[in-house]
Amino acid sequence: MSSNAITIPGVQINEKPWVDTLHEWVTTVDHKRLGVLYILYALLFLVIAGVEALIIRIQLMFPHNHFVSPQVFNRLFTMHGTTMVFFMGMPILFGFANYLVPLMIGARDMAFPRLNAFSFWLSALGGFLLYFSLVGANGLYGAGNAPDVGWWAYAPLTARAFSPGHSTDYWTLALLVSGFGSIGTAINIIATILCMRCPGMKLNRMPLLAWLNLVMAGMVLIAVSPLTAAQMMLLIDRYLGGHFFDTQAGGSAVLWMHFFWIFGHPEVYVLIIPCFAFMSEIIPVFSRKPIFGYPVMVAATVCIGFVSMSVWAHHMFTVGMNSYANSFFAITTMAVGVPTGIKIFNWLGTMWGGRIQFKTPMLFSIAFLFQFLIAGLTGVMLGSAAFASQLSLSYFVVAHFHYTLVGGVVFAVFAAIYYWYPKITGRMLNETLGKVHFWVFVIGFHLTFDLMHFPGLLGMPRRIYTYEPGRGWNTLNLLVSIGAFIQAIAILLFVANLIISYFKGAKAGNDPWDAWTLEWSTTSPPPAYNFASIPVVATRRPLWDLKHPEDPDSRYE
Amino acid sequence: MSAIANSAMANRFPEASVAWSLPYRGKVAMAGLIIAESAIFTIFVVAYLFYVGKSLSGPTPREVLETPIFYTICLLSSSLTIHFAAKSLARERVGAFVGLWLLTIALGGSFLYGTAQEWHRLIYEHGLTISTNLFGTTYYSLVGLHGFHVTAGLIMLLIVAIFALAGRVRVEQSRRVEVLAMYWHFVDAVWVVVFTVVYVLGR
Repeated sequence: MSSNAITIPGVQINEKPWVDTLHEWVTTVDHKRLGVLYILYALLFLVIAGVEALIIRIQLMFPHNHFVSPQVFNRLFTMHGTTMVFFMGMPILFGFANYLVPLMIGARDMAFPRLNAFSFWLSALGGFLLYFSLVGANGLYGAGNAPDVGWWAYAPLTARAFSPGHSTDYWTLALLVSGFGSIGTAINIIATILCMRCPGMKLNRMPLLAWLNLVMAGMVLIAVSPLTAAQMMLLIDRYLGGHFFDTQAGGSAVLWMHFFWIFGHPEVYVLIIPCFAFMSEIIPVFSRKPIFGYPVMVAATVCIGFVSMSVWAHHMFTVGMNSYANSFFAITTMAVGVPTGIKIFNWLGTMWGGRIQFKTPMLFSIAFLFQFLIAGLTGVMLGSAAFASQLSLSYFVVAHFHYTLVGGVVFAVFAAIYYWYPKITGRMLNETLGKVHFWVFVIGFHLTFDLMHFPGLLGMPRRIYTYEPGRGWNTLNLLVSIGAFIQAIAILLFVANLIISYFKGAKAGNDPWDAWTLEWSTTSPPPAYNFASIPVVATRRPLWDLKHPEDPDSRYE
Repeated sequence: MSAIANSAMANRFPEASVAWSLPYRGKVAMAGLIIAESAIFTIFVVAYLFYVGKSLSGPTPREVLETPIFYTICLLSSSLTIHFAAKSLARERVGAFVGLWLLTIALGGSFLYGTAQEWHRLIYEHGLTISTNLFGTTYYSLVGLHGFHVTAGLIMLLIVAIFALAGRVRVEQSRRVEVLAMYWHFVDAVWVVVFTVVYVLGR
């Protein structure tokens, strides 16, 4: 970090050779550098999986299109889904947790810095393994290269007989390895939050970001482990001749579905809860008001954490469970909407009566609120078992979860990047370019994903590589694809902004947004040790107390 | 420069001393690991129970399994010895610690020997392997996963034992030793579940 180098007059310090810099980054155990590595790694995979999505959309632009073969199409949607969930979504959120949690709770690093580095490199190895399948998966059979079993890899598709070669092995190992990385990071986040807080930072004074990441990490422990166990079983089946999911020997394909979705549904909350955390930090600052209903927000998050563990089989309404199971999972799915609704209400309550500043992070946050609400509503629709039977495996479902993951997670991540980029790099992102990025992305997003609901309602199944003309899907699919390209343009603008602002952006200073949490009390970028002396806090908004000693929060809390 | 500005900023925080104590990070992390591991074992236990009696061919658990009572007593009593070993270390009675620690390793090792014997018998006398039938798949996975955890625990216990015999384990390390003891208790608790599922309910 050049910012905290001490210059001694008369002594010439030469620039470090780039090999040294590279060596420092590869061997680093600093939570901030690991956070940045996570974020860059995730952005790389965002671009890769985004290109895969574009190829999918080109193929579906017109009926009877022959841009890619059906086999390649299967590989594309498998790789797109797997990459976006495991190698874009989780790493970018872990990256922010890594970077921000120690700074926000006034700690000098995570509880276990070396475990932190180990977890990151495990995740990186997982992503590498997944894409190495393109080179290495031909194996002895010459069959297939990238995995083509779909991101949930239902049995018996993954059995040796139906998935020869090694592509499925690479998929399994990639998820197993990155799963160990996720569990390591989750343990680290929990230990950091519980054991590394600065004096005075009681649990009820922690920034909501720390609280929500604590819940997220707890969910990772309980949700990712079943996936790890299921992958072990799949490996036993594939390599040791086991019969867990071998229907020929009495094994059950439905058991895999249960195991996968016991992971799979909490996983979407693992992805969205850190985004709620970003909202809970960004909306108050740009509304110039403290968060509305802090204890309720914490309670609602913990509540989501628990309820979301018992909703998984709403992904399986069409496999033929009995009516009691269907009713149970429909009810729990509706129930999880209640704490989520409380959160949206609280963010609106924070904005209500505030002096709202429409800076780029706030624009993305407001879009998040609208879009996540709509995504939640289609979620409640699909949570009703009878309705889901009609629309399961249709493009309506695809539109629903992309609405949560793009309209929710990606918008929140953009908000977070615009908000914390000044802290991470010391320079502001360009505001004009940011607003252009926002509006282009909003237009592209809505063109794609609003319209995508309708082919689903008209009966278009997901995962088909082409379709017949004359079913009313043509125009809609064309518009959806055009929207995808508009989003791609927005992403290019964003990447350009990241690069240009890194070199030419205005200097940020310690606290460009006049915010209230501890990360803004140190320099931008923070020195390796974060805080020269460990802060002592008395309220939830320590920087407000510093800036307004005449009116500290302790009078009201 | 900025470091100095930074310290100036931080120094503006109230200096008032607050009574402040936080849990030990090692224990919290081990608790987290135990939660994650419990979830993994839960999935394997569910698979075992789901497939009880669903094998299309023999041998069945009733035909081949014998309840390993002696080795179970060995493993469960090792929980007691490691508990008292950790307590001895905390009270600076290093000699008692080393003795009890080695006894723990011996008890854990004998449990592993028991598992090995049982597997040898199943494989060579009854022809039951992991690919024979659903019972074989689920039995070897579940018991093997537990055996793997016992092995990992024994390796960690052995490392501590080597340091202890070299005279390097003192009362300062007692918190770390307690973290290891937590893991060992967890391995024993899992065995109670596995024993109940495999040898009591599953037959």
